Amino acid sequence: MNDFVFKPFDEMTDDDYQQVGFMSGLEIHQQLLTEKKLFCRCPAGMYNQKFDAEILRHMRPTLSELGEYDGTALMEFKTKKDIIYHINRDTVCTYEMDDTPPFEINEQALDIALEIALLYQSATTDEIHIARKQYLDGSIPTGFQRTAIVSIGGKIPYKDRMIDIIQLSIEEDSCREVSDVGHRRVYIADRLGMPLLETVTAPDMKTPVEVAEVGKILSNIVKSTGKVRTGAGAAREDVNVSVTGGTRIEIKGVPSLKRIPLLTYNEAMRQWNLLRLREELKKREITTEIFRSKSDHVTRLLRKTTYTPIAAALQEEKVVGSVILRGFKGLLNWQTQTETYFSKEISDRVRVVACLTTLPNIIHSDSTSETISIAEWQKVKKAIGATDKDTVVIVWGNSMDVDTAMKEIAIRAKEATLGVPSETRQALKDGTTGFERILPGPERMYPDTDLPPKRIPDERIAKIKSQLPEYYWERVKWYKKLGVPQDCIEPLAISKLALLFKKAVKEFGVNPKLVAVVLIQLPKRLKKMQVEFESIEENVFEGLLRAYKEGLVAKEGILPALYDAVKYGVFDLDNLPPPIEDKDIKGFVENSLTEIRVKTLRDEDNFEAVYKGIVMNKVRGRIDGTVVSKAVIKYVKEIK
Amino acid sequence: MADDYKGYKDEALAVLMKYEAMVWCDVVVSTAQTNFIGIILPRSETSDHLHIVLKLRSGYNVGILADKVTDIKIEGRKEAIYKIPEKEFPYDPVKPNVKLLGTGGTIASRLDYRTGAVIPAFTPGELYGSVPELADICNLDTEKLYGVFSENMGPEQWKGTALAIGKAIESGVAGIVVGHGTDTMHHTAAILSFMVQNSPVPIVMVGSQRSSDRPSSDAALNLMYSVKTAAESDIAEVLVCMFGPTSDEYGLLHRGTRVRKMHSSYRSTFRTIGDIPVAMVSRKEITPLRQDYKRRRSDKNVIINTAFEEKVGIVYYYPNMKPDVIDSLIDNGYRGIVIAGTGLGHVNKPLYPALQRAKEKNIAVYMTVQTLWGYVQMYVYDTGRDMMELGVVPTANMLPEVAYVKLGWALGQTDDMEEVKRIMLTPINGEITEREPSNGYLIYQGGIPEVEEFISKHRK
Repeated sequence: MNDFVFKPFDEMTDDDYQQVGFMSGLEIHQQLLTEKKLFCRCPAGMYNQKFDAEILRHMRPTLSELGEYDGTALMEFKTKKDIIYHINRDTVCTYEMDDTPPFEINEQALDIALEIALLYQSATTDEIHIARKQYLDGSIPTGFQRTAIVSIGGKIPYKDRMIDIIQLSIEEDSCREVSDVGHRRVYIADRLGMPLLETVTAPDMKTPVEVAEVGKILSNIVKSTGKVRTGAGAAREDVNVSVTGGTRIEIKGVPSLKRIPLLTYNEAMRQWNLLRLREELKKREITTEIFRSKSDHVTRLLRKTTYTPIAAALQEEKVVGSVILRGFKGLLNWQTQTETYFSKEISDRVRVVACLTTLPNIIHSDSTSETISIAEWQKVKKAIGATDKDTVVIVWGNSMDVDTAMKEIAIRAKEATLGVPSETRQALKDGTTGFERILPGPERMYPDTDLPPKRIPDERIAKIKSQLPEYYWERVKWYKKLGVPQDCIEPLAISKLALLFKKAVKEFGVNPKLVAVVLIQLPKRLKKMQVEFESIEENVFEGLLRAYKEGLVAKEGILPALYDAVKYGVFDLDNLPPPIEDKDIKGFVENSLTEIRVKTLRDEDNFEAVYKGIVMNKVRGRIDGTVVSKAVIKYVKEIK
Repeated sequence: MADDYKGYKDEALAVLMKYEAMVWCDVVVSTAQTNFIGIILPRSETSDHLHIVLKLRSGYNVGILADKVTDIKIEGRKEAIYKIPEKEFPYDPVKPNVKLLGTGGTIASRLDYRTGAVIPAFTPGELYGSVPELADICNLDTEKLYGVFSENMGPEQWKGTALAIGKAIESGVAGIVVGHGTDTMHHTAAILSFMVQNSPVPIVMVGSQRSSDRPSSDAALNLMYSVKTAAESDIAEVLVCMFGPTSDEYGLLHRGTRVRKMHSSYRSTFRTIGDIPVAMVSRKEITPLRQDYKRRRSDKNVIINTAFEEKVGIVYYYPNMKPDVIDSLIDNGYRGIVIAGTGLGHVNKPLYPALQRAKEKNIAVYMTVQTLWGYVQMYVYDTGRDMMELGVVPTANMLPEVAYVKLGWALGQTDDMEEVKRIMLTPINGEITEREPSNGYLIYQGGIPEVEEFISKHRK
């Protein structure tokens, strides 16, 4: 490997990423906009914090179809977690509880998935086989996710090249985690079973920024169908990252595309630095074969410590263990990510596998911060036989957890001699990544014996193909040509209202600028007016645009009508205020003269403005304000 | 040869043969649109003849329409050996010996490529490989009696199981576990209660509602609970051991004559009807819920009586039933009929002539209730009295399935209708109880505030 050293995030160039062989691919999980869940008839998209009942389960690893156990599965089994599900009757039935077999796949969801597959020019599967993908973390009560390949291959344009799509699969969403402390993990099951579409790209992205940009394109394509959910949690990205000589690492559940660049930078740096660590170990003549460690119980030696975490543990009659990592001196301070060191890799494993979730969960002899006293360190080192070349890690907790932790500390340290261990990692708020679990392999796939294969006839594909929406970038080009206001272009192109826009412009013949303003800007303006609403029904927009074209409502009447629709839930096309034609405004102006005459004005210069106000109050929402203004000015001149 | 293209027929078979692409070949399958890279899997026999199934590198399976295949390149071969890691079950002279008899069901299972379904399989080594916790409880010896789904259990298997239990008791085991599919577990539990009497040790039937090929299966816990019961409990009866709640909390030990599967798929499907279960069992302890059970003994004085008359049927009465239903049983030589009547045990008048005929032909007719809970009471209404005149014998609170197997067992022993009646109405182990405790009927109604409050406080 070359001797490149990572620079701060802002200083990294495309060439730098090329130096380390940065490669990244995306797995985008997108909730589909269906009425019901994927394999049962529970409503989709309803969330509740309240729950009526609780279920307790445990997960055991099972064999894959090819007769192998999956590494992640075994790791999760080691953690011996009590998994608690909070369930609410309105959103969860006996299917999600894993007490009823699956119902047939939701055809609406499958149609949407096929539509998106076709947009990616992906080859749809002739016969869908539902698989069980094991998840022993408990996020799915069955212990597996029902999932099926919808299509293989495909591509999307990016800059001057194409990004390859590997596959699309349709799957059920998992539970939301509420907490995970010690040996108890709690989930809420409302989201469980909602249809998700997973799009996997090839590792074609060469810099962190490219990853986010491609993510945006993928997200825009699916949104442009109008058939996917939007908002918090509706789309989640897993990002695969590797560097030359590294391992494909999956960063799971990145909630926003904006966070991708920093995360992938840190992950690439971590891998690069772990590879450098391996070189350093080689220099010290520590290889996988030669790696040595030694575990001991040191509870008695630290009985009188004043270091609070250990003292508190000992008060609860917990135990303390130590692990000598031979020849590792100083290496726990080896930098891995921004302000993150190799000790974090070890601490993460202890947290996840041994369930010692209260931090700090380890201390080590490389540490410069204050932990146990120097005398105590010396006592421990002497008792367990550590030399000046070694590093000692100390861990405390329940006896069983400490035993697991000591094994895990040695395992992770030994893996440093191999380089970058295969694992999935969490996206942390500070832009670094943290250990989540061992990377699962194809061993975790198992055919679903509850549901037969499902044929997708060519006719079904042909029908969906005939109704495919145009690509959003084609919409963008068209909107630009039409002169749609700049800030409306992209939101409209990826909105489900794009179809209505087309209809209003082409069928009703309404001015495109106005349509765009109505569909995109007016809802925003309503939000600024502190009106609370989630979305406006498409038929409200359609009715208003049609009414406008037919002269039943003035341009100015649209916003008030929308206001009433969202604020009071009233929308009645027949009761819209009739527009006033320009020629009729004079009558309103003349009739208002007596009203302005009786008013005592503090400043006669305001006469015109007050006059305009009086007229406007009568005609608001029925005619353009500038017409009123002109008419008043003209009339005032006439009468003066 | 047949296995080379396992399960493939017609179009799909022709394409595979053309490229000599056999099952388990690692291949690249090309269509006009794309290339699929993976292993050719055997085809389930119930699936169509149009598609080729490939396991992709990602572990997913897809079906490719054989007609669309333009080329198949063979790159290698990887045959699946689906085998639970077998480890020798450790022997500890201090621990009790438990015999596990297998009849089938999903308590231990593996994938069947022929049907795509799971098939049962176990050896002590496989069980130890998948549920090593068992070794903490006992020394386990297993014997596979049958490998059938629950619905295929019948008199032949009941007799065989009873005899095998007798032999195991003779060999001096501390307890017996019978692995069984859940659908008819309560039929088998009932007949074993009659065929195996005076057992000195626990006989525990167990199964699983989620097959053991699933991470969330109840199989492992049910196995642990049942093996613990067989090894340690002092309840020397035929019991059914299955989940109490749907949560992984504890199992219930139901008396073999009072238990019934009450939900098609729930884990907590087995319920004691008209009474309370014998005990609760967790990984830590066995907690009796009553004291009137038969105790463990150190002798081997078991009585095995495997008599069974197969010409017995159950008739589930419905309004407008015609007498020809009964007549056809009579004409087909049935010797016994159990009726699951409405309410307290009723059928309509048009059936009377048929019942009269049955009486004349010396056919044993017994009445149970389709309400499952409660007693047959044929004195309350004239209908009931009329029927007793016609020789229909009420069976108190015996469950219909229990009455069915007991009648088969009784008729297997004698032709004398009085003797049959004596056997039927003399309870052997709780199939008829003298009284129904007020907590013997508890089907909580969801939605009611106090019930909801209860549910919210206890794990389901």
